[in-house]
Amino acid sequence: MFSKKNLKLVTDPINKNNPITVQVLGICSALAVTVKLEPAIVMALSVTVVTGLSNFVISLLRNTIPKRIRIIVQLVVIATLVIIVDQFLKAYSFDVSKQLSVFVGLIITNCIVMGRLEAFAMANKPLPSLLDGIGNGLGYGAILVIVAFFRELFGSGTILDIKVIPQAFYEAGYMNNGFFILPPMALIIIGIIIWLQRGKYKELIED
Amino acid sequence: MENLLNIFIKSIFVENMVFAYFLGMCSYLAVSKTVKTSFGLGVAVVFVQVITLPLNFLMEKYLLKPGALVWLSQSFADVDLSFLTFILFIAVIASLVQLVEMVIEKFSPALYASLGIFLPLIAVNCAILGGSLFMSEREYANVAEASVFGLGSGLGWMLAIVAMAAIREKIKYSQVPAPLRGLGIAFVITGLMGIAFMGFMGINL
Repeated sequence: MFSKKNLKLVTDPINKNNPITVQVLGICSALAVTVKLEPAIVMALSVTVVTGLSNFVISLLRNTIPKRIRIIVQLVVIATLVIIVDQFLKAYSFDVSKQLSVFVGLIITNCIVMGRLEAFAMANKPLPSLLDGIGNGLGYGAILVIVAFFRELFGSGTILDIKVIPQAFYEAGYMNNGFFILPPMALIIIGIIIWLQRGKYKELIED
Repeated sequence: MENLLNIFIKSIFVENMVFAYFLGMCSYLAVSKTVKTSFGLGVAVVFVQVITLPLNFLMEKYLLKPGALVWLSQSFADVDLSFLTFILFIAVIASLVQLVEMVIEKFSPALYASLGIFLPLIAVNCAILGGSLFMSEREYANVAEASVFGLGSGLGWMLAIVAMAAIREKIKYSQVPAPLRGLGIAFVITGLMGIAFMGFMGINL
């Protein structure tokens, strides 16, 4: 099951073929949930579950779906999975579900899910598709968690709601940077992540 | 009337789909390379948004909300179909996008060719589904409010993508550090534009 090829399907999207920074997929519903680390982690897990399972299901169905209506079929599968995730979150972690507000529903239109279905699941066997979905979900989640980590650390001085910046700092005049809580900062942090990543992997540089 | 104007201005500037909620970012980043194409996509989004929002509003009011089926028969008073919201909204949007695609293909093949893959992708443009979900979350009172919100949010998205395309056309002539070129600088510019748009915050008509 975990041959080298399959393992590569999971690890590649986390690093060199990251859905957000390289494939430019799934930025949509992501950034607004990165003010705090906790909703970001929940979002990352939800997306991983949805990409993995929808890739798996579509891959099972791939030979029976007529080409003309495939988008509708894909959307129905995705929407069903998202409804399950949404109901699950409402039942077991209501606070986070409230914080994520419409963004759980927006996983349906998250381009990662659709993009991977089109690019991978329609042409590959179920198991590799499942792994590809999980890998891309994790790659997406990794960026979310990095962004949320910095935004929560500098914006609120906490990590997962635990205070990490000592009180003495505040007494010495340190202040939380309110700018990190505002939406534009998420974009700028991702811009910097892309900068660093492309500085490391020269072949990704656009001309 | 005042209320409608308030919703309109707010949805374009204060609660801009791109700069305040990051919705529709995929096509926003990928299509904003020339002003002409992005204008075409912007018009398509406004069009789809203006039709889907009132339609989804009616769907929600008469089908989905708890007790919404009373108009059918008294015995449905405690039926709650709201868990079907996502699937119904996306079905309405997907079928409308199909329609728009056929209309554009017929009347403007040039635009159709230049929009390419992104036309079907309007169906998965988060700004559209996001608009419908925000509408149901904010509980707009009637169809008029929902349509005005649709028009405003569509125009806001179009404003953002056209402005971005204009900047990217110019930035080709600047010396951006190599690893930042293309996607990286696009993110940073969007962030800076978002900061500029925050100047509209707190406007209340």
